[in-house]
Amino acid sequence: MSYLPYAVAAWLFLVGLYGVATSRNLIHMTVCLSVMQSSTYVLLLAIGYKTGGTAPIFLGIRSNARAVDPVVQALALTDIVVSVTVMALVLALALDVHKQTGTVDPDKIADFSG
Amino acid sequence: MDWLLPVAVAIPLTGAALTAAVGQWLRRPLLDLLAIATSTATLVVTLIVLVHTQAHDTLHWLGGWSPRHGQAIGIAFYAGPLDAGMAVLVAILMTASLVFSWSYIRAGGRFYRTLMLAFLAAMCGFALSADVFNMFVWFELMGVAAYALSGYRVEQLGPLQGAINFAITNSVGSFMLLTGIALLYGRTGALNLAQMGKALSVRGPDGLTIVAFALIVSGFLVKSAIVPFHMWVADAHAVAPAPVCVLFAGVEIQLGLLGIARIYWTVFEAPFGVHASAVRGVLLGVGLATALLGAVMCFLQRHLKRLLAYSAISFAGIMLVGIALLDAKSLAGTAHMVLSHGLLEGGLFLACGVLLQQLESIDELTLHGRGRKLPWLGVLFALGGIGLIGAPYVGTFLGHSLIEDGAREHGHGWVDPLVAIAAGISSGAVLRAGARVFLGWGPAEDPLLTAQPPEEPPERKKSPIGMMAASTGALVLLGVVMSVVPGLEDRVVHGADRFRDRHAYVDFILKGHERAPGPAAPYVVHPATAASLGWSGLSVVVALAAALLGLCWRRIPQAALRILARTLGPPVRGLRSVHSGIPGDYVTWITVGAALVGGVWAVTLR
Repeated sequence: MSYLPYAVAAWLFLVGLYGVATSRNLIHMTVCLSVMQSSTYVLLLAIGYKTGGTAPIFLGIRSNARAVDPVVQALALTDIVVSVTVMALVLALALDVHKQTGTVDPDKIADFSG
Repeated sequence: MDWLLPVAVAIPLTGAALTAAVGQWLRRPLLDLLAIATSTATLVVTLIVLVHTQAHDTLHWLGGWSPRHGQAIGIAFYAGPLDAGMAVLVAILMTASLVFSWSYIRAGGRFYRTLMLAFLAAMCGFALSADVFNMFVWFELMGVAAYALSGYRVEQLGPLQGAINFAITNSVGSFMLLTGIALLYGRTGALNLAQMGKALSVRGPDGLTIVAFALIVSGFLVKSAIVPFHMWVADAHAVAPAPVCVLFAGVEIQLGLLGIARIYWTVFEAPFGVHASAVRGVLLGVGLATALLGAVMCFLQRHLKRLLAYSAISFAGIMLVGIALLDAKSLAGTAHMVLSHGLLEGGLFLACGVLLQQLESIDELTLHGRGRKLPWLGVLFALGGIGLIGAPYVGTFLGHSLIEDGAREHGHGWVDPLVAIAAGISSGAVLRAGARVFLGWGPAEDPLLTAQPPEEPPERKKSPIGMMAASTGALVLLGVVMSVVPGLEDRVVHGADRFRDRHAYVDFILKGHERAPGPAAPYVVHPATAASLGWSGLSVVVALAAALLGLCWRRIPQAALRILARTLGPPVRGLRSVHSGIPGDYVTWITVGAALVGGVWAVTLR
């Protein structure tokens, strides 16, 4: 089992986090969020991976065949559905911000503070 | 009765789908009736479950996939008294909010009702889940519904900012949560809480478990408004419609805390139980910091909903303290405080909604003395403030006294004065605002308080006020009497005891062994301990002093004021500038917080 996928997951998480924290553009920030989310896909799939395993469809293969873990794949799918909803919502809000102010810089719309 | 657990989630989900599907053909009163009926039905179901849990734990395996040979293979809903109680509180607040919305949200209210019912389903689902990934899914649905609800009035800039900050920070939190869950699945091969706890009890703590624990707790801390993860809260709560704020401040934050408590006692107590002091230290630290910082920020607000949001943050800190002490009595205190605080804070937010609709402002100074037109609302507002202080046998008192007694019994008595002072300061700010709005006390200008952009009232005044008054009054009055409900104390303590009993939980979930029901508790109100009455007295004194100081600080002699400005000015200005309203800054603070929590545990949990 290689450590590479775990390293990739950690790197995606951190680089996405850095992007969200420093972004000056709401669209860019949303993309950074989706980079962070990608790290969870990689992590989930890496956890369920088995060297030499087939897809977990137990039809037409030996019942004791080596297959990767189907649970994490279901989790990743659910995760994708959730993330699409959040992205759509944030992008819609960003559009509204742009309509009202002509900017998508989160620093310039900080109406409430303190 | 076990089959009722998924019904409590299915009813609001069906209602949400119905309002979305047929909403455009229904006239508004019918749509409202449908939403209120759905929420009331959920309330009835959760109440039946709560009554049932008094004697028996309740468990339902979806699709009948019950454990085989002690191995969980399906997804379960589980309710003990505290979980069911949480679901009941959610349903009460949702019903009150929807009744309030009858005349508060009239234009474009179709998807509002759909979102509210989806939010209700998600919160009930989260409260009743016994499976960690299922908890995550409900957590996300709760989040998405909440982001949309907080930004409901997209024609104003404030709600957009609040909703964006809310969505960005909470998404980062939920990625942390999911990463933690994935790591834990990799270690245990299970998603059922009992199964995970069982797997971890075989092995001691190791690096991976600690990282997973830190990530999961940090994810929940973002939702539960704990310093330094809390900054989005004030932005989102200040701009959401008042009936939505009721749920944000009354149950959403607290569900994050429930997540931490449940995951600690079902899963992580096994490996970390021997290092309980390390877990306690970190949670106690951030809890107390939250209680005090939230109270100070609360005192500095003039935007009433933002003031209440900081008061909710301060109380979230106190509730975390009750969990962090890791004993049954303090946990019972937190459970009771969630109940009484949810009702009171909810009532106060609704009162703000009435103010906004009738007087077209939500600013303490603009409203100076104008509340005299609504004397009944003033009485409710004052009752709400007094209830929050925790004066003897009023409102949150029982919660305070249980947390403080628990702390003292286990040698952490130094926590008590800090908790009492925090509650005093934040409730004092509520009393000050009430006195200024409804009595016209104090000056109409105050440079100490932070100005915020105004909020546009939802409708013109013509809409009838009766239903708004009824739901506001019901929440405040219910909240005020919560400390003198006969038998409630015994039941909450008993519930907390069962909540913490991991072995009985694992045996019940995986093997179906029911624990023996205890003797029925009598319906009495126990006299409070002398010490808790004393701390309650301190809270009252601090609250009155804070309210008085807020109203007439200009009468302090100039020389003393100058010294105060020199010593307190810089830290207060610093605190204000930290709450910058910029999501990137908030995420940076979340990262710092998670690194701190994880770093300390990496050193101490071995």
